[in-house]
Amino acid sequence: MSQAQNAGGGAAHRTDGGEQLVKMANDIGRFFRAEPVREDAVAGIASHMGKYWTKRMRDKLRAYLAQAGADGGLEELPREAFQRLEPR
Amino acid sequence: MLSIVEKDLGTPARAGTELVTLTIDGKEIAVPAGTSVMRAAALADVQVPRLCATDQLEAFGSCRLCLVQIEGMKGLPASCTTPVAQGMKVSTQNKQIADIRRGVMELYISDHPLDCLTCPANGHCELQDMAGVVGLREVRYGYDGANHLAAQKDESNPYFTFDPSKCIVCSRCVRACDERQSTLALTIQGRGFGSTVAASQDVSFMDSECVSCGACVQACPTATLTEKSVIEKGQAEHSIITTCAYCGVGCSFRAEMKGEEVVRMVPNMDGHANHGHSCVKGRFAIGYATHKDRILKPMIRAKISDPWREVSWEEAISHAASELKRIQAKYGRNSIGGITSSRCTNEETYLVQKLIRAGFGNNNVDTCARVCHSPTGYGLKNTIGESAGTQNFDSVMKADVIFVIGANPTDGHPVFASMMKRRLRQGAKLIVADPRRIDLVRTPHIDAVYHLKLRPGTNVALLDSLAHVIVTEGLVKEDFVRARCELPAFEKWRDFVSEARNSPEAMESITGVPAAMVRGAARLYATGGNGAIFYGLGVTEHSQGSTAVMGIANLAMATANIGKEGVGVNPLRGQNNVQGSCDMGSFPHEFPGYRHVADDAVRGSFEKDWGLELQSEPGLRIPNMFEAALDGEFKGLYLEGEDIAQSDPNTQHVTAALTSMECVVVQDLFLNETPKFAHVFLPGSSFLEKDGTFTNAERRISLVRKTMKSKSGYADWEITQLLSNAMGFPMNYKHPSEIMDEIARLTPTFTGVSFARLEEMGSIQWPCNPEHPNGTPTMHVGQFVRGKGKFLVTEYVPTEEKVNARYPLILTTGRILSQYNVGAQTRRTENSQWHDEDRLEIHPHDAEERGIEQDDWVGIASRAGDTVLRAKVTDRMQPGVVYTTFHFPESGANVITTDNSDWATNCPEYKVTAVQVTRVNQPSEWQKRFREFSETQEELLRQADATLAAK
Repeated sequence: MSQAQNAGGGAAHRTDGGEQLVKMANDIGRFFRAEPVREDAVAGIASHMGKYWTKRMRDKLRAYLAQAGADGGLEELPREAFQRLEPR
Repeated sequence: MLSIVEKDLGTPARAGTELVTLTIDGKEIAVPAGTSVMRAAALADVQVPRLCATDQLEAFGSCRLCLVQIEGMKGLPASCTTPVAQGMKVSTQNKQIADIRRGVMELYISDHPLDCLTCPANGHCELQDMAGVVGLREVRYGYDGANHLAAQKDESNPYFTFDPSKCIVCSRCVRACDERQSTLALTIQGRGFGSTVAASQDVSFMDSECVSCGACVQACPTATLTEKSVIEKGQAEHSIITTCAYCGVGCSFRAEMKGEEVVRMVPNMDGHANHGHSCVKGRFAIGYATHKDRILKPMIRAKISDPWREVSWEEAISHAASELKRIQAKYGRNSIGGITSSRCTNEETYLVQKLIRAGFGNNNVDTCARVCHSPTGYGLKNTIGESAGTQNFDSVMKADVIFVIGANPTDGHPVFASMMKRRLRQGAKLIVADPRRIDLVRTPHIDAVYHLKLRPGTNVALLDSLAHVIVTEGLVKEDFVRARCELPAFEKWRDFVSEARNSPEAMESITGVPAAMVRGAARLYATGGNGAIFYGLGVTEHSQGSTAVMGIANLAMATANIGKEGVGVNPLRGQNNVQGSCDMGSFPHEFPGYRHVADDAVRGSFEKDWGLELQSEPGLRIPNMFEAALDGEFKGLYLEGEDIAQSDPNTQHVTAALTSMECVVVQDLFLNETPKFAHVFLPGSSFLEKDGTFTNAERRISLVRKTMKSKSGYADWEITQLLSNAMGFPMNYKHPSEIMDEIARLTPTFTGVSFARLEEMGSIQWPCNPEHPNGTPTMHVGQFVRGKGKFLVTEYVPTEEKVNARYPLILTTGRILSQYNVGAQTRRTENSQWHDEDRLEIHPHDAEERGIEQDDWVGIASRAGDTVLRAKVTDRMQPGVVYTTFHFPESGANVITTDNSDWATNCPEYKVTAVQVTRVNQPSEWQKRFREFSETQEELLRQADATLAAK
């Protein structure tokens, strides 16, 4: 994003979209981290991402993780939850 | 001056079922016990003369005009202060009474200007009326004695004048300030003949602590306190009841009119939310509606660097529709979306989401609630089952303990705050949790028992530690929990909050609140009688906003403070129709009534009614739209009355996203910040120019009535309809009532709502359906909306926005009484006399460390950007925390705020931004660029005007 493109002035602070989605997924995961039953936590995260994320966001995160290598920064619980979400 | 149409019964109504029967001038009447003789007489159509009495204030008994004779009682008691008694026989007229009344009036008039014909109250002056009623024909004392006729007029307030020469010292203004507003800014100074009304310590109204609510002006029986608009325009000839377009209190007003011109706004005595009270915004700050900055013609341009071109409505709509269709053809169906507004009516909001879901064919619709109360919807839905507050405002009058967390009602919700203060002065206990010492903490006759001065970003830690005390000290209402809540979830939560890490002692280092205070506050809330929690954006606008809302619901369930009057979970919603915009299906994953788009049965009902297939996938939230725009996938946006370039966080991110779009269509009143990035401008209408409904913070649906024809030609719902038709999805509503009928048809919580019923009932609190035919003032009575209440585990997760050596302070933002949100309305009124710039509030210690003194220019830098404001050094801040408002675009408050957001809803974390503050001597680079860009855009607008003028 160049400055000229931002007509309001200033450089837009921006992470890569995939990183932002990883952050969002980890934030969701941290809410469910206190859930004593692990299965409930994973199911809760998957349900949340299924209900509130768009297909575009899920596809983008999937693509990002595929090319990021390792875990792409996605923490364990949301990673497991995300794997349960089939591409639609 | 009272409203031109309302009838005043002299003293307030008394509740109660016990009736007392008495006879007044031979007429028998039964009234509730405790009613005054004066009110009973008025109800029997017997008018007793009065000057110091009004049914908006408790009886005072000073003017001596209302004396009556009561069989068996000595002397002539004042009817205003004498309660009725069974079998009482009252005479309101006889020669002795008449002589006394005439004598009293003679004294009043001997010290009053005889300028009735040129007086602004002429014809509606109670003194003038009483002179006529008592038959005053002469003043034996003459007019040359000692008097107050030369007393100096105070015209300092921009909205009303104080002319002491006309004052009869009836104390109605003083009592209004005391009883209705609870500010106690006015007093009677001096004694006897020297008694005069004074503001504060006898200073001008503007220099006093007067908050300009207008209660004194309304209470004044003469022209002593008079609206400047009445002085200028004369008295109104008709009035129309409508609903205020400012905050979520949703006050009912009488717009007093002369033809199509508003003379003044008078709070409606029958208003169910405000009961005849108002604030400086709703009552006085309506000048924006007729401000010269209003844009009244549609405009288009190809690029944002082009001059605007004024065009016909047909051309503007056709251009917008063809551009949006072109973008969809090129980039795909999901490449466009829209944002609804909490400033617009329910019907308008409903139509915008319908246009997007059906006309655009996607669910890319969101609303400004995204950036304020979306966590309320999420948190309450998941715990108690409905995305709304549980009570009505009146419920606070039965509260014994009032717990205010993350809200500043005296600034944000002033009319409700006055009611809350009345209850506190009656003896209810107050707990405040706020990083700042908000006004409510210590105000006349009110002193919070606990001010939990927590660090920004630690609400959940505080709520968990309060819960810890309630659970570990055995304060849970076990019977309620067993009967009303899911037990396994409760046990899980109980075990969680019981852990030592959640104790006040363990959390003290995180919250900064002494453990003993937390323990005391928890005990008070749990055992002090009816406990009511009120919260605002200080709870929701955090990375754990939704978690904190759940934590609040957990507390209410654990202590049985829900499901009856006087208790509850009460979100103080920000804007006039933010509750309504959420109810109407403005979120990308929900249809009206908070039902998920993936629910086949719900979606099927809309598909059947609208006659086409709808998407089952949630659409983009506002921040997702920005991301998609910057990725080149989102190219067209329709905004109805929303100014995201000022209101949303990380301004440079927002403006970059807007700049990357190919067609931004803005429907608004003014060329605000967002339209400067637009390609199509559709001039909208103010609330005075249309019919519809608003829904306030207590789920109360109230009618908005048209007082004048639209200045731009169309109400906003009509513009959306034009756009929809041009997009190829037909809409053919003739009146907003037809839209409400459709909403009722498709939304289970609204099935009993219609314009006809609203006319009949005045207002309705949803749910309103066969189970609740007259609406629902208190929710979750008997059982929760979801069946059993669900406790949720709310672990404290620190925000990622950390202070460090580079950014050692935390910035938090908020709003002030006289200005409203982005200021588009209030900045265009005289309210700016109270607040003409955003300031940075900083603690004296932090200021001294940086060499900052009062009024110095200071730079505020965060990880997102930097800006410059003037400093206000104040010890209401705690060290380490700074604060500013965001009412002026050039302040750039949101240049500093970051992309961090609530984990569940992406509501921005406005309340926690790590910053550094330094003394500077020039504007920030952003401010310089902003100024340049704004000047360019204003010039491009002037060129449109010039082109039109040349034609």
